[in-house]
Amino acid sequence: MSKSKFKNPVIKWIDHRLPVFSFMDHELNHYPTPKNLNYFWNFGSLAGFALVTMIISGIVLSMNYTAHVDYAFDSVERIMRDVNHGWLIRYIHMNGASFFFIVVYIHIFRGLYYGSYKAPRELLWILGVLILLLMMATAFMGYVLPWGQMSFWGATVITNLFSAIPFVGESIVTWLWGGFSVDNSTLNRFFSLHFVLPFVIVGVVILHLVALHRFGSNNPIGIDVKGTQDTLPFHPYYTIKDLFGLGIFLTFFSSAVFFFPNFMGHPDNYIEANPMVTPAHIVPEWYFLPFYAILRAVPDKLGGVLFMFGAIAVLFVIPWLDRSPIRSSQFRPIFKFFFWILFLDCILLGYLGAMPAEGIYVILSRIATAYYFFHFLVLFPLLPYIEKTKPLPISIAEPIFSGSATASAFAVREKK
Amino acid sequence: MPKNSKSKINSEGKRDFLIISTYTMAGIGAAAVAWPLIDQMNPAADTLALASTEVDLSSLEEGQAITVTWRGKPVFVRHRTPEEIKLAKEVSLDDMRHPETDEERVPNEKFIVLVGVCTHLGCVPLGQKSGDVKGEYGGWFCPCHGSHYDHSGRIRKGPAPTNLAIPSYEFLSDNVIKIG
Repeated sequence: MSKSKFKNPVIKWIDHRLPVFSFMDHELNHYPTPKNLNYFWNFGSLAGFALVTMIISGIVLSMNYTAHVDYAFDSVERIMRDVNHGWLIRYIHMNGASFFFIVVYIHIFRGLYYGSYKAPRELLWILGVLILLLMMATAFMGYVLPWGQMSFWGATVITNLFSAIPFVGESIVTWLWGGFSVDNSTLNRFFSLHFVLPFVIVGVVILHLVALHRFGSNNPIGIDVKGTQDTLPFHPYYTIKDLFGLGIFLTFFSSAVFFFPNFMGHPDNYIEANPMVTPAHIVPEWYFLPFYAILRAVPDKLGGVLFMFGAIAVLFVIPWLDRSPIRSSQFRPIFKFFFWILFLDCILLGYLGAMPAEGIYVILSRIATAYYFFHFLVLFPLLPYIEKTKPLPISIAEPIFSGSATASAFAVREKK
Repeated sequence: MPKNSKSKINSEGKRDFLIISTYTMAGIGAAAVAWPLIDQMNPAADTLALASTEVDLSSLEEGQAITVTWRGKPVFVRHRTPEEIKLAKEVSLDDMRHPETDEERVPNEKFIVLVGVCTHLGCVPLGQKSGDVKGEYGGWFCPCHGSHYDHSGRIRKGPAPTNLAIPSYEFLSDNVIKIG
């Protein structure tokens, strides 16, 4: 047995047989992390925190929820009024979903801006897109459970998307429903899947982390780590930075939970589901709005569905669409400009998804949808041929330690 | 040297204070977050509101018994015969596991009101229906592990540690009781 790094004899004994402590020490303590990460690198751990929050609050809610068309709505109202702290737990779960998406969308845009999807991190990126897809399915089914008007009609509209599939569409929709409309069977299976999918997400998150730790984090200048002078141990440098970011996140999250809990929801969902009456204006939850806008922009039923799913599918192949060897936008002026265009385009799509599908909104939706696909399918492959990139620094440490004072301080730290 | 080491001690003391107070605050925060998650499993407001039941005993003949539900549990009400009352009152308390007089347990000697849950492991004892086994002491008999209760619901034989519980109840009139 080699010299153990643990002093505690119990930990030493266990670690020799089951090296969980060595694993944690390696992956969470010493884990060398680029020293130049900015606060955009907080959003991965924040997403993990949001996932755990959703799972814990969700398990607790499921103890008080009844998945039956006659009782679901009332059981949610009972949670809000009678169950001890039920209002708090439900508002955490409701707003937690929105904040999870906020955090994940920022995380994705960070990856796009700094080229974090490029070799050798293609699988890391693909697993991330898979997590996004699973999150969307989970969130959609969760929104159905309170059995309000938006739950019911959202479920009806989204499941009907599959009816656009030629020949077998109608049979698939009947199969999804377990009947001839969204009904009790649908509610039951959605509850079951909404409960289990988060654990599937946990599994994919673990793979995402394994892939991440294979080569470590990308960084704002997007060049590879060349040695220990470019990195810091994860603990305490990044644990403390992540915790600080978590504190900021929790400030926003708590403000929403305690002061604006229904801001991101829709009042119609406090009316019990009525299969005979559709609300005047159906909108999905805000995090689906850009995709909803793409769906409505296309004047053909099947086409709309294909474009909507295509908007996510295209994310899977981004590592091969962007042929530039330079990762970070900092050295790609044209790419950077268009990144912000894409960002605004997604915001615009989100706005358009919330507007009625008529007049100018339809035209704008079409332009915004066209740009979305143009960005990935045309700009990404084309840019490397026309873009003149800025020179890359030699190493991560080089631009930081040009001053001699810091350089000598650094040398002292290294000696210890 | 002394000045130096003193400032070192001070800074270590300061660091310890910061670490301990940080961990303390984190612990308090974690407990505050955990409490709602634990407390949601306690009875909810609507469950607590279902706490009382009224029962009309006017049609209950001597020797008959009825079982009513209170807080999701069976409550036994038996109209005792004079012989049963006599037996319950005259028996010696010396050998009882949980000695209580009949007067302590039954304010109105005709009607005995009991929580019909065996104090051993929570089964519902037999003895309410005319054909039921009533045990060696003529009261109630728990089929799960063989506890025998007498006409006053006192444990006389078997593994149960205490007498059948008495719910809080009051007579609203001669024949109507309110349980809870």
